[in-house]
Parts: sequence; structure tokens; C-alpha cells
Amino acid sequence: MREMIKMVVVLTILSCFSGGLLAYIHSGTKERIENQVLEFVKGPAIRMIFEGATNDPIVDRFQIKDGDIERTFFVGVFDGEPRGIAFETSGKGYGGDVGLMVGIDVKENKLLGVGVTTHAETPGMGAKAQTDPNFAAQFRDISLEDPINVNQDGGNINAISGATITSRAVCAATNEANDIYKEFKDQLDDQLKSFKK
Amino acid sequence: MAKPLAQEFFKGLWDEVPPFRLVLGLCPVLAVTKSVENGIGMGIATTFVLVCSNVLVSLLRKAIPSKVRIACFIVIIATFVTVVELVMQAFAYPLFLKLGIFIPLIVVNCIVLGRSEAFASRNGVFRSFLDGLGIGIGFTLSLAVLAAVRELFGTGALTFWEKPIPIFGPSFQPFSFMIEAPGAFVCLGLLLCIMNLVGKK
Repeated sequence: MREMIKMVVVLTILSCFSGGLLAYIHSGTKERIENQVLEFVKGPAIRMIFEGATNDPIVDRFQIKDGDIERTFFVGVFDGEPRGIAFETSGKGYGGDVGLMVGIDVKENKLLGVGVTTHAETPGMGAKAQTDPNFAAQFRDISLEDPINVNQDGGNINAISGATITSRAVCAATNEANDIYKEFKDQLDDQLKSFKK
Repeated sequence: MAKPLAQEFFKGLWDEVPPFRLVLGLCPVLAVTKSVENGIGMGIATTFVLVCSNVLVSLLRKAIPSKVRIACFIVIIATFVTVVELVMQAFAYPLFLKLGIFIPLIVVNCIVLGRSEAFASRNGVFRSFLDGLGIGIGFTLSLAVLAAVRELFGTGALTFWEKPIPIFGPSFQPFSFMIEAPGAFVCLGLLLCIMNLVGKK
């Protein structure tokens, strides 16, 4: 009996110490890990979209509540004016969700560019959406008036050959971003106005 | 019975070097040795876990009831592995992306549990520390050597901090078999063979 109590006590104390130590380290590194994820997973796409921006868009970000989720918006400053915002949406691809960072010029209501952040598409086919600069270049500086579609659906985007589904996912994510942008336009304008230059 | 302290450290570098002499912990040895950088990163992470768990197990060896010792060792090891995982995410995220699942898998690396059970639970704190450090450094060096051979023949260059250093010159045709999984087995087998030839008396 005594031995059993000892076993329980030792294991409990050990687990408590372990939990306490891990909680302490977790809270100490949480912020840094978030920054690292932003830098290495979303950073490349954001920097590509905001090419020529004079600030660090990863540092200049804010959040807006959309129902239960919090959306993060990144700000791009061009010629001393905060006029670019970027945020993440997703579309259904061939191998799962395709995460897309979409940059919008709030002054002229046009698309600044898009960049794929996370995906599980086929390497060499759908994965080109992330690596092929020619595909992403088609989304640069185009108007948001009309929905964006691939050629097959009557749009102007040349789909990646052999990866129409992935190309459609990118278009769908862009259109979704447009909807979100319209919904939050007033709040975004307010945020950008109060943005410190 | 009591061996000189220095021997506890140096045995890990040659006589009991984990992948080649004990032939333990082969999963990370085969999986992460595609490049020297990955190999060394994995080795350092494992060394940290080995040293910390050895010291703690040896400190607590009188308090831990023998019936639940394995459970206690696993709790201790898992704690340090999670520490490594968090710290690596915070300070070396690109390396964490490359090593991925193999960091949490240090928990079930039989070298770590093996040293706790076979050595630290029976020896003093300082001896256990030296044992963990020796085995850990031996493991890191083995990973580095295996990774260097594979990377050198597989790509013709060695990469440090994202900068490839070409060794064989531009006319070299990369032997990409070496950085694929079968190459890992062949390489490990050849190195084991060489180690046995050299160690033979």
C-alpha cells in the first residue's frame, strides 16, 4: 500500500513540475514563435505583394473581429502613404485548402497581387501556383470590379497547365478576399487613417 | 568497478558511439542526414535532451520507485523534448521546418531512454552528465559524418547557413541516389563496415 502511494505521489509531483516548466517556457516563447511563423510562412508572400513598400508589413499589422474569427491585416506603405492591405483567405484546391495572401490597393480599389502561403497541391503541377512567378504576375494591378476567373470559366487568368483546379482555387480565394474587403472597407479605412506614418 | 571519469565521456565518442557501435536510434540517423546542417541540428537537439534527462534521472534515482521508473523517465524526457521544440521554433524556425516531425520523435529515441535506464539510474550525477554529453557528441558527429558523405556525393556541395560550398567543381554530376532513402541505408551499411574494419584487432 505504501509503495503504491509513493508511486502515485512521485508521478504526480513529476508531472506537475513538467507541466509548470512547459507552461512557463510556452508563455515565454509564444510571441516569438508567432512572429517566426509570420516571417517564414506568410512573410515571403507578403513581401512579394508589397514589393517596393517602405515599411515592414509584418510588423505593421492589426486585427479586426469577423464574427468568431480574428482576421489579421498587414499594411503596406507606398510613397509615405499607407495604401496597401494584405490578408489571408483560402480556396478549395486539389489536395486541400490553398491559403492565399491577397494584397489590395485601398485607394484605387485594385488588386496589388497575390501569393500562395500554404498548400498541399501536387509538386510540379498545382504547386507551381506558389513557385511560378508568371502565374502570380497575372494578378498584379488588376481591377476588382469584375469577378476574377480562369480562361475556361470566361475570365482572363491563364490557368497553370494541368492544374486548373488549383488555379480556380486561387481565383476563388481572390474573389472571397474581395468580398471580405468590401465588407470591412469602412473599418479598414479608419484603421489606415489612424496608422502612424 | 569505478572507471576513470574521462572514460565515461570518451566512450561515447568511439567505443559506444550510438549509431555505429550500439546501432541504436537509427530512425533520425537515416531520415535527417540529407544535409550536414540538418544532421548537426538534430544532433545538438538530441544531446541537449540526453544531458538534461541523464542529470535529472540521476538526481532523482533514489526517489523514483522502480515499478514506475520507465513512466517517470518518459515524463522527464518528453518535457525536455518539448522545451527543445519550443526553443527551436522560436529561434531557428527554418531548421524546425526541415526537421519537422523528427524533433518530437526524440522522445522515443531509444538512445535517450537507454542511457536513462542503463546508466543514469545507477550512477552519480556528474558521471551521468559526462555519459550523456559523450554519447550526445558521438551521436552528433556520427550524424554529421553520415550527412557529409551523403550530401557530398548527392549534391556535390556542402551547405552551411544556406550557402552551398562546391567541393567537386561544376563538372560533377550529382549522384542523387545518395540523398534518397535507399542511399541512407547503403551509406550507413558502408560506414558500419568501415568502423568494424578499423576497430578490429
